Amino acid sequence: MGGKKIVCRCNDVTVEEVEALIDSGVTDIEELKRLLRIGMGPCQGRTCVPIVLGILARKTGRSQEEIPLPKARVPIRPVRVEVIVGGADE
Amino acid sequence: MSKIAVIGGGVIGGAPPHELAKLGEEVILFEKNYFGSGSTFRCATGIRAQFTDEANIRLMKYSVERWEKLEEELGFDINFKQTGYLFLATSEEEVEAFKANIRLQNRFGVPTRLIGMDEAREIVPILNTEPFLAGAWNPKDGKANPFKTLFAYLFRAKELGVDAREHTEVIGFEQEGDAITAVRFRSNGKVESVRVDAVLNAANAWAPLINEMAGLSRDIIPITAYKHQLVKTEPLEPGQAEPLVCPPSWNDAYIIQDGEDGGIICGAGIEHKAKGLDDYEPTYDFLRGVLEYAVRIAPPLRYAHVVRQWAGFYAKTPDSNPAIGRLLDNFYIAAGFSGHGFMMAPAVGEAMAGLISKGRSKVPLDWEWYDPYRFERGELRSSAFQIG
Repeated sequence: MGGKKIVCRCNDVTVEEVEALIDSGVTDIEELKRLLRIGMGPCQGRTCVPIVLGILARKTGRSQEEIPLPKARVPIRPVRVEVIVGGADE
Repeated sequence: MSKIAVIGGGVIGGAPPHELAKLGEEVILFEKNYFGSGSTFRCATGIRAQFTDEANIRLMKYSVERWEKLEEELGFDINFKQTGYLFLATSEEEVEAFKANIRLQNRFGVPTRLIGMDEAREIVPILNTEPFLAGAWNPKDGKANPFKTLFAYLFRAKELGVDAREHTEVIGFEQEGDAITAVRFRSNGKVESVRVDAVLNAANAWAPLINEMAGLSRDIIPITAYKHQLVKTEPLEPGQAEPLVCPPSWNDAYIIQDGEDGGIICGAGIEHKAKGLDDYEPTYDFLRGVLEYAVRIAPPLRYAHVVRQWAGFYAKTPDSNPAIGRLLDNFYIAAGFSGHGFMMAPAVGEAMAGLISKGRSKVPLDWEWYDPYRFERGELRSSAFQIG
């Protein structure tokens, strides 16, 4: 089933989708994040964000250091709701 | 053809350029950060006509009709779904209030009806029916993807020739008398100006700063930024809580299943006045508080994982109704949406384009109700029903 290169394993985003969006003029990492849902899954971008930064740097001729990382959200790892609300209270 | 500057690249600033371009106007759109960076990209996705006053009901009835056709019109998948809103009553007094609201909504063609808990359970399989007496159910309410909706408007606007600029901050105006003749802006450290025939202030929480640039008092429209936070769970199977489900008496707490990835978005009226217009930090008291409500509404959520929490602003006016209209000769405003900007955008975008370009619009928008000068006159409307 050749050729499909996944950059985001939480939301199944491919290299081609990232490149197509950048080609359409969307070059802000925060916008790429939201339109593609990279970094918005349970892994919080551990896999996809560095890869997308690399693609973005290459296609826009910027260095990776110039591109700010998208905001990381709490919790850093998924937390079960009952851990936060405490034991059964009904 | 006039040249119109729109300030604010959220959905309330994003919709009018497309509508203005369709009317043949030339538009330049300014966003000081990235598009959607203010309130639009932080919203809970909900769209409803279930309000409690005539002006908001009629505006949203029309807006929902626009939403129904928006995907086709903009040629972009915006994930609009009519999965409904279900409000839940916890007392007999609230049931009576629901009935009165439903009569008003029905009068303007919104098909809300009172339902029992068996039907509510069919609509929301994970609902805890025990605390509730009845529900106000409108299957025509819904949700859409805020990210895709804004960009659908922007992509179409750019195709029609709109000059949409992000990371470009408006820093002042040039004026002759009351009329604004040019907009000064800064991008990459460089200051430029552009001659304009009209300006629309669509900066929502930041709108008072723009009003001040036009020589008006910052408080002519008193907008206060309240931090409104959301918490989202991991994806669940679609169909668990598709409508927005809200018992208003539980501090306006609500849950709604994201139409795209299936995560449950949880919100509540646990609000903090923002320390400044860059205060987006989520708080632990909200996380705990909102989840306590969420598991009372839908107990199985106890076993889901929280994956993210974020904050945005409710740019609130004193009556929670936006300020929409003309402030000076050629200076217009649509701001202070108090949490309702996303759902109102298709109607407000069209209405503002009509007002600015032609001085009138066929959109059923009650200009008197939303009059931006009402606060200065000491008038308040009945508070817009808040949630979602």
